[in-house]
Amino acid sequence: MAPEPLNAVKSRGADLTRALRDAVLTGLLAFVLFLPLIGFQTVTNMRGDLVLNTRWGLLFSIVAVIAGARLAYAVLLAPWLSQRKLRPVAVAPSPWRDFAGKWIIPFAIGFAIVYPFVVVGTVGFGGAVKWIDNFGIQVLIYVMLGWGLNIVVGLAGLLDLGYVAFYAVGAYSYALLAKEFGLSFWILLPLAGILSSFWGILLGFPVLRLRGDYLAIVTLAFGEIIRLVLINWVDLTNGYAGLSGIPRPTFFGIPFNANDDGFAARFGLEFTPVYRTIFLYYLILALAFLTAFVTVRLRRLPVGRAWEALREDEIACRSLGINTTNTKLTAFATGAMFAGFAGSFFAARQGFISPDSFTFLESASIVAIVVLGGMGSQVGVAVAALAMVGGTELMRDLDFLKAIFGPTFDPTQYRMLLFGFAMVLIMVWRPRGLISTREPTVYLKERKTISADLVGQGHG
Amino acid sequence: MEVFLQQLINGITLGSIYGLIAIGYTMVFGIIGMVNFAHGDVFMVSAFIALIAFLILTSWLGMTSIALALLIVLVVAMVFTAIVNWMIERLAYRPLRGSFRLAPLISAIGMSIFLMNFVQVSQGPRNKSIPPMIQGDFVLLDRNNFAVTLSFKQLVIWGVTAVLLVAFWYLVAKTRLGRAQRACEQDRKMAALVGVDVDRTISMTFVIAAMLAAVAGTMYLMYYGVVSFADGFVPGVKAFTAAVLGGIGSLPGAVIGGILIGLIETMWSAYFSIDYKDVAAFSVLAITLIFLPQGLFGRPDVEKV
Repeated sequence: MAPEPLNAVKSRGADLTRALRDAVLTGLLAFVLFLPLIGFQTVTNMRGDLVLNTRWGLLFSIVAVIAGARLAYAVLLAPWLSQRKLRPVAVAPSPWRDFAGKWIIPFAIGFAIVYPFVVVGTVGFGGAVKWIDNFGIQVLIYVMLGWGLNIVVGLAGLLDLGYVAFYAVGAYSYALLAKEFGLSFWILLPLAGILSSFWGILLGFPVLRLRGDYLAIVTLAFGEIIRLVLINWVDLTNGYAGLSGIPRPTFFGIPFNANDDGFAARFGLEFTPVYRTIFLYYLILALAFLTAFVTVRLRRLPVGRAWEALREDEIACRSLGINTTNTKLTAFATGAMFAGFAGSFFAARQGFISPDSFTFLESASIVAIVVLGGMGSQVGVAVAALAMVGGTELMRDLDFLKAIFGPTFDPTQYRMLLFGFAMVLIMVWRPRGLISTREPTVYLKERKTISADLVGQGHG
Repeated sequence: MEVFLQQLINGITLGSIYGLIAIGYTMVFGIIGMVNFAHGDVFMVSAFIALIAFLILTSWLGMTSIALALLIVLVVAMVFTAIVNWMIERLAYRPLRGSFRLAPLISAIGMSIFLMNFVQVSQGPRNKSIPPMIQGDFVLLDRNNFAVTLSFKQLVIWGVTAVLLVAFWYLVAKTRLGRAQRACEQDRKMAALVGVDVDRTISMTFVIAAMLAAVAGTMYLMYYGVVSFADGFVPGVKAFTAAVLGGIGSLPGAVIGGILIGLIETMWSAYFSIDYKDVAAFSVLAITLIFLPQGLFGRPDVEKV
């Protein structure tokens, strides 16, 4: 739809007719689009044959919603948007925004630190495991993976679609070494990181001269190859069945169990499994903070600046004498190291790993988190992880959604659907992500954020 | 020798399907320079549309002539898939022209995830299998207790692929649309200046790509008799490999690349290890992209500042 000329005098009636016609057309198109896959459902009947069910009700409600949304857009939103364009842009930033910008990060960090106690205080020990483990730890794992991938994608501008391979390397290193040699979690955590970053360099080498989409596809191929090897090398990895009975981490040597030398008994507390969960929560929180801290510091080092320069323009970078080989390899290795940490934490937390946890979709959701958050912005990545992973986890417990969509409604089933849709939407709507401003690490007189509109587009 | 001959037949059949999908990748890359990551999932969606159309025809309308049913299914799948892909281009790729280089790829990955999960949510996660549509085969050679066969469905796939490739070649080489397409491929701005409707040409490219993917999807359904929501990813990557191997942007390259990938896959399964056949395909992809990025028939990509 072309924007209407602003000074044209038009009767409301003509506008409305046009809006109605558009809405009907949109509805028709939606009907045709959704007819095969929504209108009909293939189900296997009692005899094992495939038969068709019809879902006219669902089809027509979806069509009605889409047509209605189109009408609402044309009648309500579009005039408001064109009005808004005419208004002068506010020059002075609002004081509220300044205040929020200053305090939001310390507040979020503080909240993350007291979160387990808040949970235990509100729901007691009984319900706390669910909230700390399924919600807190789950979100933090993705925050950490997002921050790790952010180094590769956000800072260095190399789109890595096989990031989950390094996560898998970390998880399997911990699981295998802990099971075979009985080494402790605290020795294996750095070791898993080192092994992963070694793989990062190994896989980084051949792809050095590739750029953009080819690089992305090759990393995807490597990620899939590692997963297929994990599936097929049954002697080592036990294939599809996965590895179970992975040793759990201890509190610096004190196990979390009900024995006399367990954590609870040593500290004179009553035994509950919540202590382990709280410990794991702080462990992943510390690892996530480590990732963020290292990233912030690295951005001020020559290598960090080289990453960002590489993201903006590789050719300019090379002509300025930056060694692009080393720059790319360090980005791959650093990103992979954090994935390795996260992977060994994941194996220690679950006690069970299988290749199912390391599919391409997992890589894609981490990429989605980084992209949605605004490539390069750490706050954005954290917000995106919280919204996408935490949000769908929260929706699971909402009773009124169950009342609308039926008792079997499980929003996590729709998580990837939302991820995909959100990726497209973000690219169309604001390609720089939710938080798209840039904060340069070098500045002349005063520190200021730069709007995404003013930043040249990267060509990673 | 007999095993080899049989694998050759199987490989060419599989390769024709990959080749049909690969043309979609290569055309879209040629004209707008993006890897249409969602193309494999468009192929999967088309197989589902074909499945539903086939069930309507046979179990509701009681159609008994399989040949006629297959023809109708093919047309229905082509039409609906074309509309789907046209819409995808319109919503997810067109607004991104002129955005940064990775934006269309990320959008396409999002679209791929969306399509896969849309089918999973709307049709269920289980494999959908139908009874075989076409049975019977020719025995070409029977020696050492090993019969080399060419089944009727393989013959159908070869025939349909060949007919479509000729029709398609005619479209690109002789018609106005094909000329516009080649013009856009060479220089989009210049084409627009001499009066080619660039947006429409790009839309038509997606429509044609979707139609060929729909043919591949219908053939896939007919050949294997089973389809699931996850079936778009691996064939998609393999078809992309085929496009790259043949030289991205080159149409005959895509078909030859497809047949090569099909042959590599079947021969690898037959002589080395069936478990690692996907590893072989992914390795070919990585090796080609790293060492031979211009492919067998492609032009080398010159980097301009």
